[in-house]
Formats: sequence, structure tokens, C-alpha cells
Amino acid sequence: MERIPVLRMGSLLLITIQVDMHDKLALQLQDDVTNRIAEWGSRGVLIDISSLEIVDSFIGRMLANIAAMSRVLGAETVVVGMQPAVAITLVELGMSLPGVRTALSVEAGMELLYGAGAGFRTGSEDERDEA
Amino acid sequence: MSETRRETLPLLNSNDVVLARQKVRQWATELKFTLVDQTKLVTAASELARNTLDHGKGGSMTIEQLAAGVRVGLRLTFEDRGPGIPDIALALKDGFTTGSGMGLGLGGSKRLVNEFSIDSAPGQGTRVTVTRWK
Amino acid sequence: MTDLAEIISRNEEQIRAEWTRDMSKTVQRGDLISKTELNEQSGALLKAVVAGMQSSGAADVRSAGWTQARELLEDISASRARQGFTPTEVATFVLSLKHPLFAAIRRDPGKNQDKLFETLWAATELLDGLALVTTEAYSATREQLVQRQQQELLELSTPVVKLWDGILALPIIGTLDSARTQVVMENLLQTVVSTNSKFAIIDITGVPTVDTMVAQHLLKTITAARLMGAECIISGVRPQIAQTIVHLGINLEDVMTRANLADAFGLALDISGRTVVRKANVAGPSRGILAGPLNRQES
Repeated sequence: MERIPVLRMGSLLLITIQVDMHDKLALQLQDDVTNRIAEWGSRGVLIDISSLEIVDSFIGRMLANIAAMSRVLGAETVVVGMQPAVAITLVELGMSLPGVRTALSVEAGMELLYGAGAGFRTGSEDERDEA
Repeated sequence: MSETRRETLPLLNSNDVVLARQKVRQWATELKFTLVDQTKLVTAASELARNTLDHGKGGSMTIEQLAAGVRVGLRLTFEDRGPGIPDIALALKDGFTTGSGMGLGLGGSKRLVNEFSIDSAPGQGTRVTVTRWK
Repeated sequence: MTDLAEIISRNEEQIRAEWTRDMSKTVQRGDLISKTELNEQSGALLKAVVAGMQSSGAADVRSAGWTQARELLEDISASRARQGFTPTEVATFVLSLKHPLFAAIRRDPGKNQDKLFETLWAATELLDGLALVTTEAYSATREQLVQRQQQELLELSTPVVKLWDGILALPIIGTLDSARTQVVMENLLQTVVSTNSKFAIIDITGVPTVDTMVAQHLLKTITAARLMGAECIISGVRPQIAQTIVHLGINLEDVMTRANLADAFGLALDISGRTVVRKANVAGPSRGILAGPLNRQES
């Protein structure tokens, strides 16, 4: 079955959503993320939606769910790359994505999670102990 | 004189919802809607298609190209023979959800289109018609 | 009315010659269209008219048989509209066909009065119908042109400016109406993405009034920017606008505001962890003009 890949970069989980998701795929992703956090002890989740041209209330709720579930498991989530048309539509739809942090790009997202110059520091075990 | 081009798609499973979105996107692109208008319409279609599937227990979407003088528009009609909506005013309120936590998204969809009409009664299914003009 | 069709085909050359001659007497526009092109268009139209007549008769130029003639006229009309012909000049193209056509009908032998009347009437109906098609196509094209120009004007009138790395400014001048605000805001959000700017300063010093609609659009833009991961700062709020905002009950609690663009810029720098520092120990203007040979006595 097709799945959205969840990549690991040290303590960070990186997810790039590029397909027009049907509901089952979205639910599968929620599952996968929570399982991986538990399995790898991840501290950060970065979801890249720069290829998503449509975010409806279902997808919006999926993103909010992932953020909430991850937090319970000790990880913080950042959603990056939202397209302007999508943002405008979400506002009109009345969706505010509560509890979901956002950033303009993957780099900005990593900076938000790990601090400035984060690009080179996510592989260290120290991160987890420090935090 | 207005000419209408129209097509009907089934909404019987979650893949159909994806196909419906793509069809609306395709027609909106052909008619050269702006990107924001396209996104709003396709998103509304996604919401309403999902409703038809989840609450209406399956139905169909009819997409129609409208021409009124120099104006060009797209009309989408979502129909199902499901349980119907007992209190439409309530359903249109933002934040309305039925037990499972899935909002009906009706109120939001209304804001994404230029014209919105809904016909529904318990036991008589539901029909939602939305139109977006270019 | 194939009768009319026959009359036209038999006399095609002559009708066309008289037609173009009449047209050049009234409306030449040699500056916009050459004689050759005019001849070609007239010839093509006559042939299309004959075809239309033969398939569907003169009564309804909107029927299927007339599609070719209609499309030809719509093309001609649209291109004339774009070139700047007046509506009269465009309609005259079709209407000046009347005289040569009526002349040809009169020349046609063996007609009693009734037949003559019928044929003339058919010809009139036909040409009036075609003239209307022409005029409608002309209007539609002009409208499109105007809309496109409006759009371009909207986009040009509010440029988004990059103040610094990651900090944009959008100085808005003039009244904001619903349409303009939407275009401006979309443009801003798009620039936020393309320049990867976390801060967008919306300066409304040059905006005389803000009503509920505009305020709502501004708020929606700020919310959308936030959803994308950027922050907006509103600057240049004048006292009158501040009063209006409060009176309208608009909630700006979540929004960062500053009195002027400079302050907003300072705020953006500050939040992004940057500050402006004066250079030290550098020869030149910063030392002051008095810090020259004359000053040595004092130091």
C-alpha cells in the first residue's frame, strides 16, 4: 500500500507531503508518525506541505492531530511551506490550525525547533539529553 | 444564450473525493480562474464531497460550466440520499460537528463560493449547490 | 431564401467591389488596416454568408449553419476592437454591405413586387443580425481589455519592497477598496514566500480611511501570513483611523502596530535578533569635521 514516507534525521522526523491525499493515506500518516516518535524517541517533527495545493478541513485536522499527538509523546511539530492560496483559503474556511507552529521553509522550521544554525546539529544524541 | 457543459461523478469512496477535487481543478484551470479562486472552489468541493460521502452515505457531484452574458462560472451540485440534515441553520454555524469530531464544513464552504444553496430534510437526502464566478 | 444566396453568389465580385468601395468612402482607417486585408475580409465574409444562407436561411444568424460567418465576424470585430476602431467603424463594416446587396437584388430579373419585398426583407434581417453579432463581439472584447488594464494597474500601484533580509514593506497609498485589497494582499503573501521573509510591514500612512471591509481584509491577510509562518506589523496608523478601528469594534489585540514605518522596521529587526550598530574607530565622517589638525591642541 502506498504510504507517505517518514524520514529520520537524528532526532528530527521529516515528512514531505506531495500527493493529493485520500483519507486513508492521511490516517495512515498520523499512525506512522506517532509510531516512529515512540520507536526512535524523536523530538521534532517537520511536515513540508509546500507541494500541497489544497488543504481542506480534513487535512487541517490531520495536521492539528499530528501536532497534538506528537506533543503528548514529547515532540514538537512545525508545518512548513504553506502556499499563499492555501493560507488565504484556510482563513476563509475559518480554520486556524490551533497548536500547529508554522514556518516559511524547511530551514526556518529547523531553526524554530533547534535554534539558529540548526542545520548541522540535529544528529547529536546530546540534543535529547540537553532538552 | 448560455451554453452548459456538464459532467457527473460518483462519490462512493474516498478515492472518488480525490477524483472530484481533480476534476474541479481541471475545469477551473481551463476556464482560467485565478489561483486563489481555484483553490477556494476546489477546497469547497473537497469539503462538500466529503460530507456527501461521510454523512450522506455516498452520492454524486455534478459539475457544470455556466455562461451568463460575458460572465463565466462553475456550478457544483452535491447530492445524496442519506439521512438528511435536521437543522440546517445549526449545521451552517461555524464549529458545528457531529459526534465523531468531523465538522460538516458547510459554513466554511459557504464563504468560499459566490452562491450557495442547500436542500435537505431528515430522511430525504441532501442537495448542496455552489457556484463560483470568474 | 436560397434565392438570396443565389443572388449573392452570382454577383459576388461586384457586390464585394462596391462594398469595399463604399467602405473606403465612409471609413478608411488606412492607418489601422490595409486595403488588401479589407478585401480579404470582405471576400471571406461574403462566402461565409452564402454558406450560411444555403444551410440555414436568413432568419436566424445564431443557428448552427451560421457558425462560420459568426466566428469570422467575431474575430474581425475583436481584432478591430483591440486595434482601436470605434464601434461605428466596426458596425459600418457590416452595414455598408446593404447598398450593394440591395442593388444586386434590384438588378435580378423577373421579380414581382411581393417577391422583391420578401427578398429585400430577408437581406435586411440578415445584415441587421450580423451587425448585432459584430457589435456584441466588439463590446465583449473592449470589456476584457478594460478588465486586464484594471488588473495591471492594481498590481503596479502597490509594490512590495524588501527593506532587509527577511523584512518586507508594503506602503499602501490611496483608498483601499475590496478588489484592490485582495490583489495587494495576495501579492504580499506571494512575495513573502518568494523572498522567504518572516516579517511584512504594512504601512497605511497613505490610506485616508479604513472601513470594516478593508479592516477585515487586513486582518485576514495577517492571519494568512501567520498561518504561513510570517508576521505582519501594521504601521502608519493615523489617529483618525485608530478611532475608526475602535468605533467599529475591530479587535487588533493580536496584531503588532507601530506609529510609523521606521519604528516598525526597528521592531522587526529587534524580534529577529538584530540591531543596528555604529561603526567605531574608523577614519572619516564619523570622526566629525572638527577632529582634524586644529583639534590636536585640545586632545
